[in-house]
Amino acid sequence: MSETVKILTANRLIDGAVVYGGSEGRWVERLSEAAFFGGAAEAEARLAAAAEDVVARKVVEPYLFDAERTPEGLRPLRVREVIRAAGPTVRRDLGKQADL
Amino acid sequence: MYRYDEFDRIFVAERVEQFRHQVERRLAGELTEEEFRPLRLMNGLYLQLHAYMLRVAVPYGTLSSRQMRALAHIARVYDKGYGHFTTRQNLQYNWPALGDVPNILGELASVEMHCLQTSGNCIRNVTSDQFAGVAADEIEDPRVYCEIIRQWSTLHPEFSFLPRKFKIAVTGAPNDRAAIKLHDIGIILSRLPNGETGFDVYVGGGQGRTPMIAHLIRAGVPKRELLAYLEAILRTYNELGRRDNLFKARIKILVHQLGIDKFRELVDIEYAGLDKTALVEVAEDEIARIKAYFAPPPYKTLPAQSESFARDLESDAVFAAWVRTNVRDHKVPGYAIVNISLKPTGGIPGDASAEQMDVVADLGERYSFDEIRVTHEQNLVLPSVERTDLKAVWDVLVRHDLATPNLGLVSDIIACPGLDYCNLANARSIPLAQDISRRFADMERAHNIGELKIKISGCINACGHHHVGHIGILGVDKKGTEFYQVTLGGSADEDAAVGDIIGPAFTEERIVDAVETIVDIYLALRAAPEETFLETYRRVGVDPFKEKLYAAH
Amino acid sequence: MPLIRNGHLAADTWLTLADDAPLPEGQPVIVSLARFKAEREALSGRNAPVGVRLKSSESPLDLAESLDRLSLVAVEFPSFRDGRGFSHARRLRGQLRFKGELRAVGHLIPDQALFLIRCGFDTIEVKDTAKLTDWQRGLSEFSVWYQPALDERVTAIARRHGRAPRAYEAAE
Repeated sequence: MSETVKILTANRLIDGAVVYGGSEGRWVERLSEAAFFGGAAEAEARLAAAAEDVVARKVVEPYLFDAERTPEGLRPLRVREVIRAAGPTVRRDLGKQADL
Repeated sequence: MYRYDEFDRIFVAERVEQFRHQVERRLAGELTEEEFRPLRLMNGLYLQLHAYMLRVAVPYGTLSSRQMRALAHIARVYDKGYGHFTTRQNLQYNWPALGDVPNILGELASVEMHCLQTSGNCIRNVTSDQFAGVAADEIEDPRVYCEIIRQWSTLHPEFSFLPRKFKIAVTGAPNDRAAIKLHDIGIILSRLPNGETGFDVYVGGGQGRTPMIAHLIRAGVPKRELLAYLEAILRTYNELGRRDNLFKARIKILVHQLGIDKFRELVDIEYAGLDKTALVEVAEDEIARIKAYFAPPPYKTLPAQSESFARDLESDAVFAAWVRTNVRDHKVPGYAIVNISLKPTGGIPGDASAEQMDVVADLGERYSFDEIRVTHEQNLVLPSVERTDLKAVWDVLVRHDLATPNLGLVSDIIACPGLDYCNLANARSIPLAQDISRRFADMERAHNIGELKIKISGCINACGHHHVGHIGILGVDKKGTEFYQVTLGGSADEDAAVGDIIGPAFTEERIVDAVETIVDIYLALRAAPEETFLETYRRVGVDPFKEKLYAAH
Repeated sequence: MPLIRNGHLAADTWLTLADDAPLPEGQPVIVSLARFKAEREALSGRNAPVGVRLKSSESPLDLAESLDRLSLVAVEFPSFRDGRGFSHARRLRGQLRFKGELRAVGHLIPDQALFLIRCGFDTIEVKDTAKLTDWQRGLSEFSVWYQPALDERVTAIARRHGRAPRAYEAAE
């Protein structure tokens, strides 16, 4: 049975790009590099810390979402986050999926 | 079309500077996101799923070729080489960076365009009939009054922080191509007994969570009084509209709660009590000034029939098929209205590449007096093309995948961006449009089916106008899976109606089959080939469709 | 709280009184609509100006009979997104011909400066005086206005046609 974890995400203020909370308080562009949290308390603490990055004008609207840890990597539970991590399904040449 | 005078140019330049400062203050931390959000929304800048989205206003759907070229240029330089034409006649860019937006606005201002009030709780782009000025059934060109309302509503000091968004549409013809009964205020031009043009004003229409058809609040408003009367309606709404619940804040809810008679009474009291010295009259000289911009272009005197056009039709059956579906009669003999479909088989409805925009700009300049229209069904129009030029125009359109002969047919689908782009969506809409389009790719079959408007929304906000689709489809999220709910019999024209929910939602795998079954049911039930889907539906009702559809699935 | 008047900081000589606070002698006070209605005689009988603070959910029409006794009406904006106050100001200045000071209070942002002035406000309460330059810029960032309002600014339409400004007739 695969583990469900929480991941922090937001949009970068300057260009609106989707970013994920990485290690050591960084923000990363790839879901594969995101930090994940097994426990709710840990995740909430990371979300609270993200408020500083909002004030510092790095990101906007941070929130947590659920994902599964699979052998292939982190897989969001909701379609919305799958699309957010990759790009529009109808334009595979655009968004993060095009850079992979 | 309207051209900015020195005042308009100064205004839009000042507006660009204002937004530049607002972005600077935001980036410097002097404005929080909470304070900045309504300011950026009033400038059409959303934060969407992958990036910001910038919505450019195309006033009443009218563009010059120079403006279209600027839109193409911006798509290339600041975005990813394409744009999306919307169900409110506007254009959306899906990937602008916040830091670039002031420069984008500057480029737009240089061609007399802007993004003002394309979002936010203010009066939005005033939309109109895409055939305004060239349709035979028109009383008067409604765009004159659209422009008057546009200016009056621009940064209106009293009405910039309404309970919710406010959408106005104006049409000048009895055949309503502007969906005026689905707007917060819808206006139809009419003939007053004294021969002058007056306005029949409708209020309280809208889609979204609670779709409603607008009510007639006052018929025959004289020109002079139009803005004062709108002021009375807006003030009543601004004061009484709900501010506690986002989903109950539109004027349609207020009108529904009070009833149209009580609402009218309140507006009339407000109108009667308006301070006459401050009354905002629509001045005759200003109407005349704006009307001059909408004077007919220098049409040639042409015969109604054209031999060379007849030869073109005979020599090329594919061209003839396109003429049959996409070309409409013009009020001036020898001219025609060309509809450019942005719905190629399997394509993304309403999207156009920068190259396609340039092609349309060139065609507009060369063949259509430099004018292009955007329709609320996400297509484009060249309003005035000589019949003898149609073949040449079509040849160019074919080379750029702009000649799909499906106007108003089953594959001319209206779809919102949906979960592929939009933060608010629950389901994807574009892949469904693509699948349906591919299922009905055979143009002869589509032609045999006849007029059939399929409209798809990815969430209850109904930007795809699904409530008024002949077949409407609403994408929903059931426990993380996308499902599609079908409505039938909606209509946005003068006989406006909200579609009937037909039954339980369909899965992504089954929905296209379901649509095909509905079409087959119609074909079996229609009284004659000329009876359209909507006419058949209105004759037989929802039951035969419901029974047969759910029996089959 | 500091005020902006005519683009400059101004001192506030008024005292905003809570509903249960005692009425001071000889000082201009602003009270809630509810308190004004309940204590109208006591308030009017004093030797000092009276003002009323109107909530966004309250109507200026409720004050129509009493406006000649009031020197000030403060219109509250609970959130800068709640635009009812603009209509309240229009109604007070326009329809009801209120001659006293119209003050905008509550949560407002400098980008609303012109809207407030054009709707008839004389003064704006500012929480953060550090933003004074933003407010000043807000007042002057446009030189073209499309619609007549309750100020003397000449609209684009009037200028286009060489018309005298439709000056609002404040005097009777």
